[in-house]
Amino acid sequence: MPTSLEKTLIVMPAFNEEESVRSVVLEVYSKLPGVTCLVVDDGSHDSTAEEAAEAGAIVAKLPFNLGVGGAMRVGFRFALNHGFDNVVQVDADGQHDPGGVISLVQALESADLVLGARFAGEGDYTVKGPRRWAMVVLSKFLSRTARTPLTDTTSGFRASGPRAVRLFAEHYPAEYLGDTIESLVIAARARCVIVQIPVAMRPRAGGVPSHHPLKAAAYLGRACMALVFALVRPPVAVPEARITA
Amino acid sequence: MSVASYVFGVLSALLTLGVVIEMLRRRRLRERHAVWWLVAGTLALIIGIFPSTLVWAANLVGVVVPLNLVFFVSVAVLFLVCIQHSSELTALEAKTQTLAETSALQEMRIAALEAELKRTKP
Repeated sequence: MPTSLEKTLIVMPAFNEEESVRSVVLEVYSKLPGVTCLVVDDGSHDSTAEEAAEAGAIVAKLPFNLGVGGAMRVGFRFALNHGFDNVVQVDADGQHDPGGVISLVQALESADLVLGARFAGEGDYTVKGPRRWAMVVLSKFLSRTARTPLTDTTSGFRASGPRAVRLFAEHYPAEYLGDTIESLVIAARARCVIVQIPVAMRPRAGGVPSHHPLKAAAYLGRACMALVFALVRPPVAVPEARITA
Repeated sequence: MSVASYVFGVLSALLTLGVVIEMLRRRRLRERHAVWWLVAGTLALIIGIFPSTLVWAANLVGVVVPLNLVFFVSVAVLFLVCIQHSSELTALEAKTQTLAETSALQEMRIAALEAELKRTKP
């Protein structure tokens, strides 16, 4: 019987990540024996695809940049076509510790969608101002929609079980912030069980999140708009499982 | 109204309609995109030929200055066309995205098949 890791596909959306993608893929393979790693090169202009392939990952090359949503949908469709049960999204910038995947996949036994949330109160990840308000507002609303307490709703470190993979292969949103906020709403309304577990996160390898007040305010506005539209859209159901021989 | 302005109005409407119909004929414009332009051109032609219809229509809806009705209808038509274009653009973007994903997935299948072929037939 294959272990759950053998039925798990790590999907790594990568846009111009040639510096970090190789080491992250190597770390995935060393920490997660038996797992398959798919790097989705989201229209990069550098050698992201070559670096990932040399590290031993399967590489899907998008002809142009689609954003995280489009890249992830390639991952979900690939998982569906190749018989993977679970999909775990891991960022190519090294922010997510591949070691955390094991606990995410374990939590999938009793849930359809598992969010890896940054440790509350731990580490150097602090936000303030409008960006903080956005996170508070989002987690309040999304906790109610998902019927479970969520604190880190914009976390990209998440695992999807078989039902969520079928749902997302068809309905993963491509808009800005859609991959995090709207996908949660879609899953919750399709009656997927969502849980959040704490995971340790590392600081990003390159670049820091913007703390410029205007940009943060724009982020708050777009996040609220994404949430409102996600909530007023008609809900979709999980597609039936295809019977394969 | 002078004869010159009457003729000018009718000719402008005919020109608009002519351009739209000619583009339809050469398949440079699809029917569903041309609907609003045809409606606008036809209205302009009717008002150009029978200016009294404009006064009648303005009275009917209670617009004091008939010219304002022209402006209102023009803006309304432009608005509808813009909305239609935005919606078509959204649909096209969604299709492009799906195609890009499919192309990436198929490229992977081709690469895997080529590798398999190389392995079995040296």
